Amino acid sequence: MPSYLLGRLGQALAVLALTFTAAFLLLQVLPGDAIMIKFMAPEMGLTPDQIADIRAAYGADLPLWERYLSTVGQFITGNFGYSIQAGVPVSQLLATNLPSTLLLASLGFVAALILTIILAAASNMTGMGWLRAGLQSLPSLFISVPVFWLGIMLIQLFSFQLGLVSVISPGPVEKLVLPVMTLAIPISAPLAQILMRNIDQVLAQPFVAVARAKGASRNWVLWRHVARNAILPTLTIAGVLFGELLTGAVVTEAVFGLSGLGGLTYQAVGNHDTAVLQAIVVISALAFVVINLIVDLLFPILDPRLGIKVGATT
Amino acid sequence: MSTAPLLEVEDLAISYRTGNRDQRVVHGVSFKVMPGEVVALVGESGSGKTTTAQAVLGLLAGNGKVEGGAIRLNGTDIAHWSQKRLDGIRGAVVSLIPQDPGSSLNPVRTIGSQLAEVLQIHKRGDRKTIQARVIELLERVGLTPAEMRARQYPHELSGGMRQRVLIAIAVALNPALIVADEPTSALDVTVQRRILDLIDELRRENGTAVLLVTHDLGVAADRADRLVVLQGGRIQEQGAVKDVLAAPSSTYTRRLLSDAPSLGKPRPVRILVDNQDFAIDVEGLTHDFPLTGGAAKTFRALDGISFKVRRGSTHAIVGESGSGKTTAVRSVVGFLKPTAGRILVDGVDLTTLKGEALRRFRKHIQLVYQNPYGSLDPRQTIARIVEEPLLNFEPIPAADRARKVRDMLNRVGLSESFLERHPRALSGGQRQRVAIARALVLDPRVLVLDEAVSALDVTVQAQILSLLDELQKTLGLTYLFVSHDLAVVRQISDTVSVMHKGRQVDGGPIEAVFGRPDSAYTRELIDAIPGRSMPDVAALASPPGLHARLSP
Amino acid sequence: MSSETANGANASLSADLPTGWTTRLKRLSPTLVLAWTVVLIVLLWAAFPSAFTSYSGTEGVPGTQLQAPSEEHVLGTDGLGRDLYARIVYGARHSLSGAFVAVSVGLLLGTLLGLIAGARGGWLDAFIMRLVDAMLAVPSLLLSLSIIVLLGFGTVNVAIAVGAVSVARFARLARSEVLRVRRSDYVEAAFGSGGTFWAVLYRHVLPNSLTSVIALAALQFGSAILAISTLGFLGYGAPPPTPEWGLLIAEGRNYLSRAWWLTAAPGFVVVLVVLSADRISKAIGRTEP
Repeated sequence: MPSYLLGRLGQALAVLALTFTAAFLLLQVLPGDAIMIKFMAPEMGLTPDQIADIRAAYGADLPLWERYLSTVGQFITGNFGYSIQAGVPVSQLLATNLPSTLLLASLGFVAALILTIILAAASNMTGMGWLRAGLQSLPSLFISVPVFWLGIMLIQLFSFQLGLVSVISPGPVEKLVLPVMTLAIPISAPLAQILMRNIDQVLAQPFVAVARAKGASRNWVLWRHVARNAILPTLTIAGVLFGELLTGAVVTEAVFGLSGLGGLTYQAVGNHDTAVLQAIVVISALAFVVINLIVDLLFPILDPRLGIKVGATT
Repeated sequence: MSTAPLLEVEDLAISYRTGNRDQRVVHGVSFKVMPGEVVALVGESGSGKTTTAQAVLGLLAGNGKVEGGAIRLNGTDIAHWSQKRLDGIRGAVVSLIPQDPGSSLNPVRTIGSQLAEVLQIHKRGDRKTIQARVIELLERVGLTPAEMRARQYPHELSGGMRQRVLIAIAVALNPALIVADEPTSALDVTVQRRILDLIDELRRENGTAVLLVTHDLGVAADRADRLVVLQGGRIQEQGAVKDVLAAPSSTYTRRLLSDAPSLGKPRPVRILVDNQDFAIDVEGLTHDFPLTGGAAKTFRALDGISFKVRRGSTHAIVGESGSGKTTAVRSVVGFLKPTAGRILVDGVDLTTLKGEALRRFRKHIQLVYQNPYGSLDPRQTIARIVEEPLLNFEPIPAADRARKVRDMLNRVGLSESFLERHPRALSGGQRQRVAIARALVLDPRVLVLDEAVSALDVTVQAQILSLLDELQKTLGLTYLFVSHDLAVVRQISDTVSVMHKGRQVDGGPIEAVFGRPDSAYTRELIDAIPGRSMPDVAALASPPGLHARLSP
Repeated sequence: MSSETANGANASLSADLPTGWTTRLKRLSPTLVLAWTVVLIVLLWAAFPSAFTSYSGTEGVPGTQLQAPSEEHVLGTDGLGRDLYARIVYGARHSLSGAFVAVSVGLLLGTLLGLIAGARGGWLDAFIMRLVDAMLAVPSLLLSLSIIVLLGFGTVNVAIAVGAVSVARFARLARSEVLRVRRSDYVEAAFGSGGTFWAVLYRHVLPNSLTSVIALAALQFGSAILAISTLGFLGYGAPPPTPEWGLLIAEGRNYLSRAWWLTAAPGFVVVLVVLSADRISKAIGRTEP
């Protein structure tokens, strides 16, 4: 067990190191440097000497490996560098933008979870074949809808057609209703697909027939035997889901004009503000790795079969 | 037997819906089960025996439907009851002992809670009474210490122990009828015997009737009062066990009886030239597997196995699961490098070969797998499958290859119409014939058969065994035959090694080992083989002429 | 428990069913036929746009701005008087070719990596898989954007960025398929009859792993169209007046209160195409013999 834990931890660290290195190469080394782009613009009117001074101040003249090591050191101590465009530390930008995105993402996740459970439960409890078929094909539809378009259509429907949600100066809660819906619908799709497939697989297991032979009703079996067995493997996609959630949140913010990580990313890409982008990439990778680590370590506790040996999740 | 029947199945018809077609699988089946009686439904795969049993419980698969007839339980027809109504009698009046103990218990709930569940569903007492009853039941089926067992999860128990839990669940409410669907076919033979003894004991105690579904005529002969023989969804014959076995009225039952391997039918002793020409010579074969987790810990799967096989004879390796027989076979065909020991095949030590030399040597020793569904590439045609080994060695002209493939298929009894078919269009027996053809196309000296007939129905099994016998005679092949089935082994082999937990506990000529086993384990194994109560069917099944020829 | 009888029924069913093309046609699911029809029409749009509309995809007619759908303009006109249907038809080429490039990048690179990892094993496998994990650790949009920052804006760059993101998925699937096939008895039997590593790889592992990889390719085709339209919507793709579908939605959004169909119509087309790709992918995945 400890050796498994160590191995899993080592793997997680390796993934983080690789992500960091790739982000560093992709965003700091290859694109040339952001300083040139900003300060060489003619309207700044700086002389080559002045630019050289600025470069030295930012440490852009150091050899590659020194820059790499110092960036590693900075990231470990929570210093994500300096946004050249905004002229403030990246950590400050994150502090102002991250909370609202996290709020949106977690609300979206909860809503997606509720939607998933409703879909799965309803499709398995209905006796009507056509309703079941309809409910089971909904996730395929949800997964095919562009998030940004869904957001716009929801605005069109609820704000312009039905007038239920005000577009101009909505309240703090009202403001979030449509974005959360926009985010939850596509996120619920992969969840519901996997859950429904797992439920079907578990229902075909012999122990379900044994439970029915004990005299248990269909619903008794569904809740007491199938649910836990079907939900457990669904956990394994939690990490992937987090990435989707973040992607969805970024796009949703763009559609609804909300401030947050989305806006920050958008500006960073437009301005080649690579330090900001690198920080966002590394932090989301860190979150992904931590979530997967938690799921992997949680699994042996939730599934008695894995009490001794684990590692079949990858 | 003057009382009314407990279960009366009358003119039962069941069909499955596949796509838009209804496929009828049970046709007008009628039989009765009296209180306290054991009735065996016997048949091969596709006979409709399991479907019939499922219908009695009202648990047909989603696409199955009772199309006609009645299932009367204590005189009431339950064939068209709603599931809700059936829930009231399932577990309490009729219960189930399922086929596969491995997956018949919920893996994430404890044994105790799954046993308690049947009492909770039928509201038999409060928490405390139920808990006490659970402990009592676990003790009754021999799972002790019961308090500890109740808290264990299914994966912490062996197959036999899991089946005991399932038996406890089935008898918990003293039902009038237990449907036992192949209750021991997934278990080792010694475990099988103990489980069947337990079921017998419990049903005698409580006067419970049992509907025993089985493919094994031996099990049915030993355990049932009456037999119902099914084939293709129709009843071939039924009657008291003794009557059916002594004087079968249908040709199908006769064939079933003659094909079933049993200890009563040893292979006619062959006079082998007592030469010292050994095709296989294994000495001190030892294999350690590293254990995951621990640093230097290993598990010894094979511990100093030695045996010799004379050219042209059949040597059997017998053992239950975990005996190491699979490891031994994989070493002999060169898929595993043993930790110690040597394996001489045709005088060449396999353990010293590697790379290209090992690849070239594979020509001489070929393996036939247990599972005919997994050992053939689903995307290749039969012609491509049989041809492939030829492509791996010295190139021969395409026309010669095609001729060789056709010859080989003919030899294993498949016509040319099979050439362009895919494995999925073949039955299990036909696939195994293809696998044998593929193994023989390279003209090997030694054929290793890893449980090669275990997955087949008895009639098909008998056909493949006689094919193997014929091939051995005409081609002078040496067989290494691995099996868990002692009856089959006795029927076809000359010498045998009995394996238990990685060690060879017995070995030598087949008659010696079966007649005077050295080890207690071998004796237990032989005693556990079902079918003691079967009559000597060789006499009754084969025409007089043949019989006379076979007996010396 | 029912496997015995169910298998028996299936085996006899498939054995005695005639397998002529007429019966096969009859057994085709109507939704699958619909999905192929959608894909076929959109492919034809991309190949011969002028055969489907007489209007231009980029030039507007002054004085016909923001018309509601009519007989003349089936889906109405946009703020510059351009026919929306024509723009969608001409946009098919951009969206489809983008998706095609993206899937090709992912399929070739990913499958190759997965094959090597699965077939060779050892440290190379471990390294490739950690690399794949690292790619999967970054949310897909962020990864695409990072690559776009490097390559610059534009249709092809967006397609490459979207494709690069899917490399990890293809690699993972290809590897697990290779491992699954390698564990099978028939692969061992092929080695056992003297097959060399490359012969077995070519004869058994590759053909048997490919089905699910192709199914993923069909699925990724849909996802690529989604991702490309998202990046187009955010303004990183082709510049206006290119009639890229994501861009059409972005442009229509400005007239949402007055002409909602400008947003709705291109979105519906995207949904239909992606849904069709999903359906086809499922059908391919099920053809496993």
